[in-house]
Amino acid sequence: MIDEATMSELREIAARYPQARSGLLPMLHLVQSSEGHVTSEGIEACAEILGISAAEVSGVATFYTMYKRRPVGEYHVGVCTNTLCAVMGGDAIFDRLKDHLDVGNDETTADGKVTLEHVECNAACDFAPVVMVNWEFMDNQTPASAVRLVDDLRAGKAVRSTRGPKICTWREAERVLAGFPDGLADDGPAAGPASLVGLEIAKENGWAAPNVD
Amino acid sequence: MSTDILTPVLSEFWDGDQPWKLSSYTRTGGYQGLERALRSTPENVVQIVKDSQLRGRGGAGFPTGMKWGFIPQDNPNPKYLVVNADESEPGTCKDIPLMMASPHTLVEGVIISSYAIRANTAFIYVRGEVLHVVRRLQAAVQEAYDAGHLGKNIHGSGYDLELVVHAGAGAYICGEETALLDSLEGRRGQPRLRPPFPAVAGLYASPTVINNVESIASVPSIIKNGCEWFASMGTERSKGMTLYSLSGHVVRPGQYEAPLGITLRELLDLSGGIRPGHELKFWTPGGSSTPILTAEHLDVPLDYEAVGAAGSMLGTKALQVFDETTCVVRAVLRWTEFYKHESCGKCTPCREGTWWLVQVLARLENGNGSEADLENLLDQCDNILGRSFCALGDGATSPITSSIEYFRDEYLAHLEHGGCPFDPAASTLFAAEGALA
Repeated sequence: MIDEATMSELREIAARYPQARSGLLPMLHLVQSSEGHVTSEGIEACAEILGISAAEVSGVATFYTMYKRRPVGEYHVGVCTNTLCAVMGGDAIFDRLKDHLDVGNDETTADGKVTLEHVECNAACDFAPVVMVNWEFMDNQTPASAVRLVDDLRAGKAVRSTRGPKICTWREAERVLAGFPDGLADDGPAAGPASLVGLEIAKENGWAAPNVD
Repeated sequence: MSTDILTPVLSEFWDGDQPWKLSSYTRTGGYQGLERALRSTPENVVQIVKDSQLRGRGGAGFPTGMKWGFIPQDNPNPKYLVVNADESEPGTCKDIPLMMASPHTLVEGVIISSYAIRANTAFIYVRGEVLHVVRRLQAAVQEAYDAGHLGKNIHGSGYDLELVVHAGAGAYICGEETALLDSLEGRRGQPRLRPPFPAVAGLYASPTVINNVESIASVPSIIKNGCEWFASMGTERSKGMTLYSLSGHVVRPGQYEAPLGITLRELLDLSGGIRPGHELKFWTPGGSSTPILTAEHLDVPLDYEAVGAAGSMLGTKALQVFDETTCVVRAVLRWTEFYKHESCGKCTPCREGTWWLVQVLARLENGNGSEADLENLLDQCDNILGRSFCALGDGATSPITSSIEYFRDEYLAHLEHGGCPFDPAASTLFAAEGALA
């Protein structure tokens, strides 16, 4: 059963758009935040608010990889195994984590803490190999650092993204994606070291864009 | 007048103190372009962007100002600007750092561009898998509203603009502009038949411009500094500065902002070259959908024309660099698995074709194939390229046909060896540390 507060926020999302159905993707993010995954009740709620069928909502929910039809752990750990990260070590990291956590792809540890999944390119190739935790960057990983990472997450230790704040829970992350800010935008650095390499070299050499006439 | 080798404009203040904040952005000259645009007419802003010769930075290189000019202003429907921030092309990693470090560069660009096409509603469609970037965008948009840069009657100009940050939910295909529109309408992200083009019937069947993040983020500097300034950088037909993203087996991977036309050799010189003790084997000029190139292409100017003439495409300027420890068949198989996974299923050549490509490539990588499989692969590619609904199918064939062109012998070596002759551990970054750390 979707509670009234969530129903009200789902309506609020739909109202952001010139046409309410445009709100469906963020609405499904909010369903995941509230329910822990895309539930039948969540699908019914979206359908009711948007005046479309549950089948139409299901058709959307099953198309996108971020929507999960089974409960997700407190921490979603995504290992990039697209070509570049895989070659640089992503395959080895993913194998080590499967072994260490004793789970397969898209499975959750028995304690409900970690869901492991291999993910596609996450636009951080200059920080390869990359691991995402609840869609926060954990740059430049090795099998050993990834094992420490999941151990810390399972032990409840605070883990900080290499380019972001302290990692929140997956459900908290989904709420931000639904368009409800959590006030953490000012945490973390502006850029990782690789993002600044060209700028540093330009400054060392006194290079700049042309002056304006 | 010759320009410097690197020309940071978009990335100029990324190392500053909280450059994502409005106060920092304004202190370094931010929103001066908007001020200038609002004093000018929308037609004039379109003309300046046309005259700058800015071309789309999302891969296709279509002239941005011309795209804006296609919007039929006599169409009675609302006009929309949609920013494609769904950066997902393998190897591409320029828009994410831009939005994380300086989201206001994009927001200012959105306001100027929306004004130019007379849109009163704009969207930033950002991929969902980058939480902190979503946070920074949300905060920047809120700051822009609070400062009067967004909302009703912006700075007394009479111009209104609403801007919505919209997080996607994981689908590479949504980087294709018409699939993005379907997704933004709350549907499965599948491409649309064209015509009609989005400029005529885009979002909600209304005139819509869809531009890449870097294209829109380039607009404030063009308006502030002038089209001549922008066009003074680059090559004859590829103007301006742009972000080159160097990744893979190089000493200093990262973002290098340079005038269009720099070469990979120059970028490698700046970045310390290929990792010590190794040599360049193959590279992509602009993501996995652009045919791979080799060491013989080190001196190709990285602009739209020269990379095209070399048999590839500039794409997103995502330079993924692989050294001799990398098995090209393994690399291509993995990209092909990606295309199979991301194929939206709408058209048969792509949906079925990418599935078959994976079967044949996996057989070859495992040493169970035959030489005839190479012709089989090329024949399959021939039946996908140009016959698919959108560019995803075309892109899926690029790594295969180009790798067979340059590395046919390596495919054959898998047959002779009865499997992959490469040690995957040797290509990892931690190979030198022994075992797997």
